[in-house]
Amino acid sequence: MTEIIVVTSGKGGVGKTTTAASIGCGLARRGKRVAVIDFDIGLRNLDLIMGCERRVVYDFVNVIHGECTLKQALIRDKRLESLYVLAASQTRDKDALTPEGVQRILEELAADGFDFILCDSPAGIEKGAHLAMYFADRAIVVVNPEVSSVRDSDRILGLLASKTRRAENGNGGVREHLLLTRYSPRRVATGEMMSVGDVKEILGLEVVGVIPESNEVLTASNAGTPVILNEESVVSLAYQDAVARLLGDTVPLRFIEEPKKGFLARLFGG
Amino acid sequence: MRLLGLFRRPPPSAQVAKERLRILVAQERTARGGPDYLPLLRRELLKVIRKYVNIDPEAVHIRFDRAEGHEVLELSVALPGK
Repeated sequence: MTEIIVVTSGKGGVGKTTTAASIGCGLARRGKRVAVIDFDIGLRNLDLIMGCERRVVYDFVNVIHGECTLKQALIRDKRLESLYVLAASQTRDKDALTPEGVQRILEELAADGFDFILCDSPAGIEKGAHLAMYFADRAIVVVNPEVSSVRDSDRILGLLASKTRRAENGNGGVREHLLLTRYSPRRVATGEMMSVGDVKEILGLEVVGVIPESNEVLTASNAGTPVILNEESVVSLAYQDAVARLLGDTVPLRFIEEPKKGFLARLFGG
Repeated sequence: MRLLGLFRRPPPSAQVAKERLRILVAQERTARGGPDYLPLLRRELLKVIRKYVNIDPEAVHIRFDRAEGHEVLELSVALPGK
């Protein structure tokens, strides 16, 4: 069985591509066969975050137009052999993606035995975002604990509940997961940032992960190494936990509270 | 009085954010699933009613419900007190 998961948010810049790359790697590390597809036509970026930008020969739209085979366009990851990337096209033609074309590619990937297909959605609620979510079985809604991100993600929840194949067929709808990124336990503690509980309550979603705010994310994207592969960072551990939860493991949330300072650290303000 | 004010801190901004979002999300969710013309209908109704009574933009509430086999458009307008 192939599961199609859309990584979506509504608002831009909240960490969709970072999340798609890391969750993709994480699932592959757990032995799953994974394809990550960049749906951001015109603004290709997943290849950069995954570090395979120089190996893109054919893209998503080339496959849809029949200019190459799917096999030719899939880029196999150099680090994880069961992980593949399908790059977005850089065409400016908004109609390059068609529902039929997308469906055909997803079916071909399923027939090829992929366990997971991750659809990295563009920001906004236009065609690309619509097609990224349309065929999904599950959705990871990436949210920053900040007002505009939360509001936009609620718009996305509305679309997931109405404008998807599962919603139209009435077979249970898309299973939705909340993933909070750029979480700062310190600012939550001082009342400057909404907590996991707050966002969860407003949106009414099950939390699949909380990724702490960290410099490691920028460092990882600079290097083209998905941040989950940086074993020393808490961001990696947080993403690994999220992957485990996606696979059905019960894992308690970590890194959502500020570490207690010791007596000496408090005394010297360390 | 001023001394008391010193001790009364404003609510933390995260709490303000949460309250604002709670109201907004609830409002937007009720509008969802209804026909696309609801926001426009609301605006036009407001315009017409305002020709006769000066009401607050917030005073017009439109609810759209779908029950078995029929749809209900519920409209309520709170008139200003005398």
